[in-house]
Amino acid sequence: MSAVIEEHHDDHHDHKPTGIGRWLFSTNHKDIGTMYLWFSFAMLFVGGTLALVIRAELFEPGLQFIEPELFNQMTTLHGLIMVFGVIMPAFVGLANWMVPLMIGAPDMALPRMNNWSFWLLPGAFGILISSLIMSLMGMGSAPNFGWTFYAPLSTTYGPDSTDYFIFSVHMMGISSIMGAINIIATIINMRAPGMTYMKMPIFVWTWFITAYLLIAVMPVLAGAVTMMLTDRNFGTSFFSAAGGGDPVLFQHVFWFFGHPEVYIMILPSFGIISQIVPTFSRKKIFGYSSMVYATSSIAFLSFIVWAHHMFTTGMPVATELFFMYATMLIAVPTGVKVFNWVSTMWRGSLSFETPMLFAIAFIFLFTIGGFTGLMLSIVPADFQYHDTYFVVAHFHYVLVTGALYGIFAAVYFWLPKWTGNMYDEGLGKLHFWVSTISVNVLFFPMHFVGLAGMPRRIPDYNMQFAEFNQIASIGAFVFGFAQLILLYNVIKTIRGKATEKATDQVWEGAEGLEWTLPSPAPFHSFTTPPTVK
Amino acid sequence: MSIDQNKQDDGNKKVVKNLLFVVVGMFGFGFALVPLYDVFCDITGLNGKTGDQYASHEQVQVDTSREIKVEFLANVNAEMPWEFKPLTYSVKVHPGEASRIEYVARNKTDRDIIGQAVPSVSPGIAAAHFQKTECFCFTEQVLKAGEEKIMPVVFMIDPSIDEDVHEVTLSYTFFIKPGSEDASAAKDDKSVIALSTPLAQH
Repeated sequence: MSAVIEEHHDDHHDHKPTGIGRWLFSTNHKDIGTMYLWFSFAMLFVGGTLALVIRAELFEPGLQFIEPELFNQMTTLHGLIMVFGVIMPAFVGLANWMVPLMIGAPDMALPRMNNWSFWLLPGAFGILISSLIMSLMGMGSAPNFGWTFYAPLSTTYGPDSTDYFIFSVHMMGISSIMGAINIIATIINMRAPGMTYMKMPIFVWTWFITAYLLIAVMPVLAGAVTMMLTDRNFGTSFFSAAGGGDPVLFQHVFWFFGHPEVYIMILPSFGIISQIVPTFSRKKIFGYSSMVYATSSIAFLSFIVWAHHMFTTGMPVATELFFMYATMLIAVPTGVKVFNWVSTMWRGSLSFETPMLFAIAFIFLFTIGGFTGLMLSIVPADFQYHDTYFVVAHFHYVLVTGALYGIFAAVYFWLPKWTGNMYDEGLGKLHFWVSTISVNVLFFPMHFVGLAGMPRRIPDYNMQFAEFNQIASIGAFVFGFAQLILLYNVIKTIRGKATEKATDQVWEGAEGLEWTLPSPAPFHSFTTPPTVK
Repeated sequence: MSIDQNKQDDGNKKVVKNLLFVVVGMFGFGFALVPLYDVFCDITGLNGKTGDQYASHEQVQVDTSREIKVEFLANVNAEMPWEFKPLTYSVKVHPGEASRIEYVARNKTDRDIIGQAVPSVSPGIAAAHFQKTECFCFTEQVLKAGEEKIMPVVFMIDPSIDEDVHEVTLSYTFFIKPGSEDASAAKDDKSVIALSTPLAQH
């Protein structure tokens, strides 16, 4: 009987379920992708608000607005929300929307699991953010040990809400693992006839590799927080020297997850840039196969460099040298990618719409972040840079002007395909220029105060750092409020009254299966697989 | 179409099954890092972990051409109420020569406590060459309420130690054995310490 109903259901091609049920019970890859992207956007403003509290406090030396205890909670939750609540869900949302369209599949391989992996996230972040709300209401502290939750800060000295945090990380981990399994199953089993692996768009390739990284390291993170849980509540001593454990072990387990994690947060952006640069250069991408091999090498190397986060824990020189050279080696495949993007633009017929502007800014600013990473990999230099604002500057260049700029570029690039309407190009360019100028005002001075010795995660600082911190704080507020331009532009495009309709191809130089579909992409697409030559 | 659908479902099941094995395996790998880390530290002498009781059958040649200064430190874990210090703060020894020094510990409380001392040697490259033939850290130590105890250490630095090492520091930290006290008293102590420690640090 149910089979008959389903047959019947399939006959109505663009029949959409309505009301709240459409979203709660959705198995449609486009709807789930949309929910992921909106969730991520909402979290961007939550995490951004916390960042502005931090920058307001650091505007002047001394304590102005918040107590050090609350400051620690701000840095911790800012980091956790931005990493697990903004960058990762945004990438999964983009994969949900675009992977089936790009490989000619009707939907994701496991649509019900897809629904579950999204709906775990609001629960996980509800729990995490509830700890901050309770803290503001005076009921104990929210997690306050930094997003890296080093033992014993998070075990012996962790506040009661640490157990909320542990449960929340478990749920995020399950969500990410299910999302990754789904993406791999989709890519392996649902490619259109003729779409061989080496014909897949680079975005699909980078996500394929990212999904394997997620499956390999999210369980290690789950293991680390499980050890914390038993250390805190069930009398084990994994990280407690008092019982024969070792706090340094925590750092090894954490960074074994943590380093592949930072590539999880950048590889999909590499893929996005590899779609956008050829489109607006009106050329095929330069060195397609070298892009694929470079991505694979980066993924492999990410597993053997974790201890470069721990040079100051007291390792033997031979170990430090190994991790130093292995880390430097990553510059080679990354350099291949940067040279390929530049070579794609070389003698291309360039035009500078908003996605291309964000892509070019990505290439330039991510490379700056890459170079400071190279500086940090040098053991003797790292002893000075460790835990200073130089590190903060480094990872914000790779995560904000890297990962986040990739997501911005992707949103502008594919928004016409999602909504059927062109976004407001003027507002897009305004958003780009205000963001790009302010983000450098925000993060560039952090290099200088870091080199001069200003430590991270401290609410107060020496007078000599005041000017640069004030400049950074001004940049932070401009950058933060500039994101409202994006929000306004996205809403305006979805409503579509004041914007022009998008064509199917949208961009003159666009190539690939997703641009063969009508704009907006129909609720069900590719019910009969296209053939790829 | 339906045959294709079945084929695809089988393919999906296979992929999911294989990937779930990887997930379970990697979860296990996280825990496998615990013993791996210990083995790695034992081999490299990392973390200043010293070996167990030393029992050599060979006569070790004393190298009188070199002299190494050995310094002694004593710490107690935050939850440990003992007073603990070395009676000698440093000695100069030749490699291969056995020396004896003493520590003293006093139980300031009015209850019996079992403690365990954990040694650590710095620099790490000296750890594997620092041999103890007698040490209070080999066994648990019991101090009755108010009791004071002299605890000896007999050690020898192996002549194979790196020539650049001129100073070695031996540090002991005494930990309270979990559950060695009356449970409620221990719990009270812990809550007081947990509240006061972060403040006391700065």
